[in-house]
Amino acid sequence: MDWISAIVQGTLLGGLYALFAAGLSLIFGVMRLVNIAHGDLIVLAAYLGLSTTIVLGIHPFVALLIVMPAMAGIGYVLQRGILNQTLGDDILPPLLVTFGLSVIIQNALLEGYSADPQKMNAGMIETASVPLGGLTVGVLPLLTFAIAVAVIASLQFMFYRTSLGRAFRATSDNSDIAQLMGLNKAHVFGMAMALALAVTAIAGILLGVRTSFDPSVGGARLIFGFEAVIIGGLGNLWGTLAGGVILGVAQTLGAKIDPGWQLLAGHIAFLVVLAVRPQGLFPRVAH
Amino acid sequence: MADPVLSLRKLDAHYGDFQALFGIDMDIAAGEVVAIIGANGAGKTTLLRSIAGLLKNQAAQISYLDAPIGALRADQVAHKGIALVPEGRQLFPSLSVEENLLIGAQTGRAGPWNLKKVYALFPILKERKDQASTTLSGGQQQMVAIGRALMANPDVILFDEISLGLAPVIIKSIYDALPDIVGGGMTALIVEQDISKALAVSSRVYCLQEGRVSLSGATGSVSREDITRAYFGVDA
Repeated sequence: MDWISAIVQGTLLGGLYALFAAGLSLIFGVMRLVNIAHGDLIVLAAYLGLSTTIVLGIHPFVALLIVMPAMAGIGYVLQRGILNQTLGDDILPPLLVTFGLSVIIQNALLEGYSADPQKMNAGMIETASVPLGGLTVGVLPLLTFAIAVAVIASLQFMFYRTSLGRAFRATSDNSDIAQLMGLNKAHVFGMAMALALAVTAIAGILLGVRTSFDPSVGGARLIFGFEAVIIGGLGNLWGTLAGGVILGVAQTLGAKIDPGWQLLAGHIAFLVVLAVRPQGLFPRVAH
Repeated sequence: MADPVLSLRKLDAHYGDFQALFGIDMDIAAGEVVAIIGANGAGKTTLLRSIAGLLKNQAAQISYLDAPIGALRADQVAHKGIALVPEGRQLFPSLSVEENLLIGAQTGRAGPWNLKKVYALFPILKERKDQASTTLSGGQQQMVAIGRALMANPDVILFDEISLGLAPVIIKSIYDALPDIVGGGMTALIVEQDISKALAVSSRVYCLQEGRVSLSGATGSVSREDITRAYFGVDA
């Protein structure tokens, strides 16, 4: 029973990892941009949520109504102001610039909020649990997983059923020809980053409710997000969810064997997938 | 000539240090079908890419409806009503046939062309509308590329090598559709390797040679000998 419990907990944890990864996957899928600052943007969203809840005295989930548009706005300005200029045939400039951005965000948060660990208070929901076929499952992890599924489903719908999604796919296929269709590449990329950071806002708030955070924890979130994307297969959003779940289950099973093995087990699962199937478990159908 | 809808003045184009076009002057009247012929590397595709905004020029080098458009981005040119059917079709592989057509309408320009009318022009596309564009034959892909450009309801349509790599019977069916396309008063520039095809559908012809206009005139007034000389740059 303990093992089943570990698997269930790991699956639910995977929802959070999928939320870390979804924005990363989206950005890479649309503009082939590897965003090293993604983890720090998640932490930035957590701090924005913290400030909003303290200043306005509202619940962290209500704060999403402010943090999501704020992060989307930051994403659009960031993309059009800085990142678009780095995109080209060479993959190195965006890596270097987002790495620099990562350092800047960490230090700005350190200046603004100090290195003390912080946490958002979501009240009763944090400790509430429900019985589930002999197991006891926390409401917050369950809710996190449900949100992850809803976010991935919405992104999937947006990508394949809306004109914005069509514009994303067309620009990703061939940005020159997409321009001929009247799509301004700079704007399309800006919208993609805005959407990605709106998802990051959700991830940041859920992170900040679940655990304590400080300005330095972004790197580990980036790694988890990366691993979920790679395990699932690049450019496949449902694959990203599966990747997050596999990572989460590997971590909880590792922790079950020995608490010190939690992170290591996740990394090993990632390495095994990378060695056996470098393209990930569910790569986007090649075209 | 009536007031030109599209004018090129001393248009140059460069790829890095390489100059592909040298001082091209051209005037296209509304509703005209103009053929642009020339050997490989003469600058035909470069000319169309410059007009469409994929290559940056000085603003005054290209004017459209008396407004300078030479320095605009391709998406801005598209919104003004110039559409390019690119060489090699260049459909979006991630999009279905119908999505490829729909994205052509992204500019939101009003006009006679819509999905229904494109399907009426190329009925085979309606049968294939949910397929990935990459699963179509070359000729069908060319139909999608043309339909995609038409969906923008352009005033000027630029065709780049629409018969390249296609079987003669397919080429014929595509050229048979051309009168339906330009009949509505659309202005067309047709870049074509097949000279007799180009001359058959156009009222005027420009011949390019090494980035310069080597011959221009009404289709009926230029002789085969003139064309051969302008095409190859040698006396035939």
